[in-house]
This record gives sequence, structure tokens and C-alpha cells, in this order.
Amino acid sequence: MNWDAWIPLLVIASSLLPGLIIFGLAEDRVRTRTLLNLLGASVKLALVGWMLWGVYHGHHFETRLALLPDLELVLRAGPLSLLFVTLSTGLWLVTTVYAIGYLEGSLHRSRFFGFFNLCVTATVGVALSGNLITFLVFYELLTLATYPLVVHRGTEAARLAGQTYLAYTIFGGALLLLGTVWLYTLTGTLEFTPRGFLEGVEEGHRPALVVIFALLVAGFGVKAALVPLHGWLPKAMVAPAPVSALLHAVAVVKAGAFGIVRVVYDVFGVEYAAGLGVTGPLAVVAAVTIIYGSLRALFQDDLKRRLAFSTVSQVSYIVLGVAIVGPVATIGGVVHLVHQGVMKITLFFCAGNLAETLGIHKVSEMNGVGRRMPWTMAAFTVGAFGMMGAPPIAGFISKWYLGLGALEAGQGWVIFVLAGSSLLNAAYFLPILHAAWFREPPVVWPEEHDFGRKETAWALLLPPLITAVMALGVGLLASVPFSPLEWSKLIAAREFYRP
Amino acid sequence: MEQTTIALTWGVVLILLPLAGAMLAFLFRRVATLIGIGTAVATSFTAVALARAVIMDGTLHHAVGGWGAPLGIDLRADGLSVLMLLMTAAVGLAISLYAPAYFRDESRKAEQFWPLWLFLWTGLNALFLSADIFNLYVTLELLGLAAVALTALPGRADALTGAMRYLLATLLGSLLYLLGVALLYHGFGSVDIAILAVRVEPSPVVWAALGLMSTGLLLKTALFPLHFWLPPAHASAPAPVSALLSALVVKASFYILLRLWLEIFGTLGEGVDTLFGLLGAVAILWGSLQALRQTRLKLLIAYSTVAQLGYLFLAFPLAVTAGATAWSAVAYLALSHALAKAAMFLAAGNLLRFGGHDRIADLDRVVQRLPLTTGAFALAGVSIMGLPPSGGFIGKWLLLETALAQGRWGLAAVMILGGLLAAGYIFKVLGHAFTEAPETHEPIEVPASMEWAALLLAMGAVLLGFLAVPALSLIGIGDPFGASEVMP
Repeated sequence: MNWDAWIPLLVIASSLLPGLIIFGLAEDRVRTRTLLNLLGASVKLALVGWMLWGVYHGHHFETRLALLPDLELVLRAGPLSLLFVTLSTGLWLVTTVYAIGYLEGSLHRSRFFGFFNLCVTATVGVALSGNLITFLVFYELLTLATYPLVVHRGTEAARLAGQTYLAYTIFGGALLLLGTVWLYTLTGTLEFTPRGFLEGVEEGHRPALVVIFALLVAGFGVKAALVPLHGWLPKAMVAPAPVSALLHAVAVVKAGAFGIVRVVYDVFGVEYAAGLGVTGPLAVVAAVTIIYGSLRALFQDDLKRRLAFSTVSQVSYIVLGVAIVGPVATIGGVVHLVHQGVMKITLFFCAGNLAETLGIHKVSEMNGVGRRMPWTMAAFTVGAFGMMGAPPIAGFISKWYLGLGALEAGQGWVIFVLAGSSLLNAAYFLPILHAAWFREPPVVWPEEHDFGRKETAWALLLPPLITAVMALGVGLLASVPFSPLEWSKLIAAREFYRP
Repeated sequence: MEQTTIALTWGVVLILLPLAGAMLAFLFRRVATLIGIGTAVATSFTAVALARAVIMDGTLHHAVGGWGAPLGIDLRADGLSVLMLLMTAAVGLAISLYAPAYFRDESRKAEQFWPLWLFLWTGLNALFLSADIFNLYVTLELLGLAAVALTALPGRADALTGAMRYLLATLLGSLLYLLGVALLYHGFGSVDIAILAVRVEPSPVVWAALGLMSTGLLLKTALFPLHFWLPPAHASAPAPVSALLSALVVKASFYILLRLWLEIFGTLGEGVDTLFGLLGAVAILWGSLQALRQTRLKLLIAYSTVAQLGYLFLAFPLAVTAGATAWSAVAYLALSHALAKAAMFLAAGNLLRFGGHDRIADLDRVVQRLPLTTGAFALAGVSIMGLPPSGGFIGKWLLLETALAQGRWGLAAVMILGGLLAAGYIFKVLGHAFTEAPETHEPIEVPASMEWAALLLAMGAVLLGFLAVPALSLIGIGDPFGASEVMP
């Protein structure tokens, strides 16, 4: 009996089963539900830790199930998979704690946590997918699992936001399906392979491959919120804060960006893609998205909307790193997958705390909030500085490698995009920080809740503090073995240097 | 040989059992429900037993009463028949578990329902086992009459109008089919499919028969533009009846068309396959757009059936060069649609019972009040939209693969577009399930068995997404699609 073949399946099951059980739980069984949530998250983290250890010691974790006569559902723990699965599993545990605190006393929690678990199941499935059809299956499952979370509040605004979300993502899924099937008819395989699996495709199919690339990238680009496919993201902000955090940092947006990474590196192979001439346009799209997102963020007064446009901008750093074509830029792009997640989730947790504790939803209401909630705002500050790219926080590492990589690949224009974006980041984050720390607080907060001597509930305060420390940690300790940066270097090496 | 005969005895039992049940239920009205459930369970077990026999021994033949073709009644069970019989058993069993609670307060309706429904089941089983075109006619007629009678069951004006239209359509369809049978019998001296397959050669008689029989069957299968009778009939019938009409009855006439095509007309129908494909494509788009426009849930589901039936016809042009894959895809789509659509109609029945109406905009937070029913509708919707993981996804993937491999871009685009439109109408319903209705009303409790019947069927449709490999090898038993395969 080979246990290694079962571990990836267990990683999936560790959130799927609790999710299914939670659906059946009565609303008032808070303890059982909390226990199941935390148990699932912890077991998953332990299993992922086991896989990390195992891969380091030469184990091979792979599950294969027959799906169609010639296609299998493949779950495999490769280096790129492990990077993403570790990120999502780690942040999920933190988000679960946060969500339990955030939703305390609210309605329909069994439904919420059921779908919450399904959502993470789909994300982990996306991370572990070993071929494109498995990726597609979990990617669509992710769409379906997040919809009930977006419309969770059941208001008319939530229904409309859910409609927009679906219109975009189902359309993206359709493009993806078309591209995947088409690719399959040309190659006869969909197995993710470092440096791609298209070497054997005939010369005559190159135009078709360009179209397929466009279809796949557009399909993933919807979730990754590439301009002009980003319209759903700001609207989806009606969802509860833990959902926004999950959507932006771990699940939906990240799955889209991860899909693009997969397509470029493990389907086409980055050099093959460059040979097709498709990486140049992708880099331009990413650059436009980065600048556009930042510009729009500048004019949002609603805090969550400002953060949403910031996500639009930041996630495209990943795409940009991929599209520059070069080992150093690859490191920058791939590592940003982790860095953006850690920083953005901190910001969303903090925004949720402000709304829950003081009823603050707008930037213009944040005057002096640093005095009322110093810990929350300290975490927010770390996240915001990280986004701007200030050393030694995580975002600095990403931008450094991206810039270096652009120079190495002879694409100097990228430096201007990065510099412009950093300036814009500063322009929309610094006023918030200034107002929060240096302005006078108002006499009354919009809607204050009493938490005694603490600034807010523990379950709400701890998660952002943990993730803020993580954002600092991955920046400070970037060159320690097993850091996201070192891991990304390993991935880049696999992609660019033949073993 | 001896063993084979014994094995197909299961086939005979499969026909006689529901027939006996129907008669008993008619004679002993008081215990009709009990007889009905017992018969349903026994029939389902028999179907599984037959499937086991076919898996072990391959295609089975049986001459009823020892009289073989060309004189007697021949039964045949290959992979395709078995798949259809299992589909009927699964949906039939769920409906039989649903119906008692549904008709709980209307004992007269229950008394009328059970004999008719078991009679219809008899017709279906006999149809899927028949090996000659005249028997197929007889079973088709039985089926049609039982279905019309069931549609008229509520006795309201809209149900009677729907049933009347349905009656005219189904009689006309059978008549056209019968004319074709007569022509073939006159021309080639047999009604046995296998014998006809050998004897038939291109001639005006064959073309006339092809035209008549196809038209009749298309009318019964409700392919656009012959679908006019379906939405009123399926929407006005009681929920369990809608479910079995949409899931099973339209598949039966499609099955006959498929058999005729595979074994008799396939090589002669130059150009007809393109026409079928075209009509199928229009059906998908038209049906989906109509579904999107509906404000009543049951009509929406009925138009969705019109659209989904279109997918089955896309395989005709694709099968010219990729027979086995395209037909397997169609069989899989038919099976998934049967489970998913039955689940949807049963779920709609629950919602109708619960709220007293089926206006989509007034669903009023049913996701909180009837979570199992909403879950059933959503899971069934996943399969109808063709999203993974579900049987609908597998079928659509296979069909899309053949279309793209042949460079049939138009058909591929229609499939993709159909999926998008389906998502549109499914989520139109689900979106309102979360919000508060403008009008509130006193809800009526829905029995658990009604919720679970719908949910189990929907789960089956999703589960089919993981069963493609065994199911496809089951369909392949006896090589039902081999006849149309062009050898490379």
C-alpha cells in the first residue's frame, strides 16, 4: 500500500468532508461547527507540511483517477503546486479563525461555512492539479462554490453582484473549456510538464496555438481580473469581509493568476510561448492592468473598493513577471503569488475589523482611527507599506526581482511601469495612513460596538496580526531555505535550465 | 446458448413485472400506492440483474415463445439498451418514491397515477428491448397514450389543453412512423431491424420511409420546430409526471431514431444528418433563449428540455467520421439529462407545493427554507450547464472534442453558447432563491421524501461525472455504434 498516492486526495478531503458535514449541521451547533472547521484546516496544514517534507526527501505524491477513457484526474505535489497549496492552506486556517469571529451571531452560518470549505477545497484542487482538465474541473468548482458566498447577505445588491460575478466567470470558464478541448485535439495530452508539452506539435498549428493561448489566458484572466475583464471584482465587494479576503488573497483571483502561470510555464513552456510571440502582448496587458488598477484605486472612497482595485493592479505583477520571460522575472512573479496574498489578506482583515468594530466603510471616515485601534492599524500599515514596495516587507522583494528581471531580459520599459505603480500605490495608501495616525478622531464613530478594554474581538485581531508578521517575515527572511523566495528560485530553475 | 436464454428472461420479466403491477394497481385501488412502490423496487432490481447479465455475457437475444425473426417477437439487449433501461429504472424509482407524498392528499389522483405510470414503464422497457420496427411502433403508441393520460391527470383547463395538444402530436407522430414501417415491410418483407439492415438499399421507398419515420419521431422527440406541444404539456402536468415526460418519454422516441439511424438509414441519409445537426443547433439556441425569458419555473424547465434535446441531434453530423465517440457522448448526455431534468422537475414540484406558485421572482429565500430542494436544483443545474464535475460535462466534453477535431466550429460555438445560456437561466432561478420576495405567502410543508427524491437524482447526475469510464464501456457492449463507424 503506497500512502504517497493518497496524500493529495486526503488534502482535498480534509476540507470537502467537513464542508459536507457542516451543511447538515443545525444552525445553533456552533461548537461542533467551529471544531470541524479548525480540525479540517489543521489536518490540511499538517498534510501539506508532510508533503513539503516528503518532496524534500524525494517522495512523489500523486493521485490519479480515471475521468474519461484517455484522460485522468491528476493531483500532484510539484514545486509550483506546493507553493500555492502552502499559501492557501496557511491563509485558510487564519481566515477560518477570522470568519468564525466575524460571523459570530449572524444567520445561516452552516451554509456559509459549508461553501467556505468547498471554496478552499476547489482552491487546493486547483493548486494540486497535475493536468489542465483537472485544473478546469476545480476552477469551475471554485466559481460555483464562491457564488453562494458572494450573494450570502441575500440583499438585492448581493444578487446583482452575484449575477455580475457569474456572467464574467462562467464566460471565462467557457473560453477555458474551448481552449482546453482544442488543445487536447492537437496534442492528445494535457499533462503539466516543465517547459511545456507542445514541442511535438506540427509547425502548421502555430496560428491555432496562438488562439488557444489567447483563449486560455482570457479564461484565467477573468478571475485574475486582467483589464478589461476585471469588472466583477469591485462589485463582489458586497460579500462579507472574510469572503473578500479569501477571494482576493487565496482563492479566486489567485487561482486565475496561478492558471496563467501554469499555462505559460507548464503548458506552453515560457520559451516556446515567447517563440510564438504571445508573451509580449501579455506583458502589455499586465502593465496596462497594473497602471489602470492603481489609477482607479486612487479615486475610491469606499475602503473595500479601493482595496479591490489595488488587487486588480497587484495581481498583474504576477502576470507581468511571467510575461517578461527570464529566470529572474519568473522568480519575482511567482514569489508575488505568495507575497500579494499575505499582504492583501492583512489589509482586508483590517478593513473588516474597522467595519465590524466602528462601522467604518469609507476612507473619509478613517480620521484618527489609529488611536482607537492601534493594533489593527499597525497591521494595516505593514500591509500598505508592503504593497508600496517598501523594504524589508514582502512586496519589496517581488518588485526588486521583477525590476532586475526586466533589465536582464532587456525590457527596460517595465521599470517605468513598476515605478509608476509604486508611486500610485503610495498616492492611494499614504493618505489613508496619514489620516488614521495623524488626524483627530471624530467625536462618535459611525457605528461603534463595545468590546470592553480590547480594541476588538480576539478572533478578529489575531488574524491580521499574524499575517502582518508573515508579510514582514517572508521579506526579512527571504533567503532562508524554504522561504517563498528560495522556493520560487527552484521553480524558475526547473523552467529555464534543463536538468 | 441455454444460459443466454435464461439471462434474457430477465428482459421478459422486466416487461411483465410493471405490466402486472399496473393491472393490480388498477384492480386494487385502495393499495395502489403500495403495489406501485413494490413494483418499482422489483423492476429496478430486475434492470440491474439484466445489466449484470449483459456485462457478463455480452449482447443477449431472446425470441418470445420460441418464434424467432422474421415471424415472432424478438427481444435484444446490448449496451445501449441496458443503459436506457438503467436510466429508466433510476428515474422511475425516484419518481415512485416521490409520488406517494405528492399525491398524499389526493387519493383519487394517486389511484389514477399508479396504473398509468406502471403501464408507461412497461412501454419504456419493452421499447428499449425491442428488435423490430413494428414492436417499436406498438410500444411507442402505448407510451404515448399513457403519457397523454398522465398529463391530463390534474383535470384543470390548462392541463387538458396541454394534454390535447400532446395527444394530437403524439398520434400524428405514431401515424407517420407506422406509414414508414408499412413502406419498409412492403418493400423488403421484414420488420426485423437486423434483417432490414442487410436488405435495405437506396431507393425511393427507403427515402420515403426515412422521411416519414424521422418526421414522426422528431415530432415525438420535440426537436425544434416540432417542439410546440412540449412546453405546455410538460409545464402543466403534475411534478412527477413532468419529470418522467422530460426525462424518459422524449428519450424513447430519440432512442428509436438512433437505432434506425445506426442500423438502417445511417449510410443512406446523406444530407439528412446535416439537417438534423442544424435543427439541433437552432433548438439549443431557441430553447435556451425561451427558457431565459420565462417567468414561471416549470415553463423554464420545459424550454430547457427543448434546448437540451438539441444537443442529442448535434451528434448526427459529427458521427459521419467519428461514430463511436459522438454516439457515446449522446448516450451519456441523454442519461445525464434524464437524471438532472427529473431532479429539476421534482424540485420545482417541491417549490410549487411550498409556495403555492412557481413565479421565479417570488421564490422568497427558499435556499433557507428548502435547502435540500434548492441543492437538488443547483446540482441538477450543474449538469445541465455542462459544468464539471457532472455527467453533462463528460457528454459535452466528448461532443466538443469530436466537433473540434473535425473543425466544425459552428457546432462547437453552439455548444459553448448553449452552456452559457443555460447558466443564465439556471442562475436566474438560484439568484432569487437567496433574496426576499416582494410578495410573501404562507408556506406549506414539503415532506422529506419529496426533497430527498429530487436531491438523490441530482446527486446521481453529478456522480456520473466520475463514472464515465465504466459507463462508456457498458454502452460499448455489443458494439451498438459499430455499424456507422467508417473504417480508416
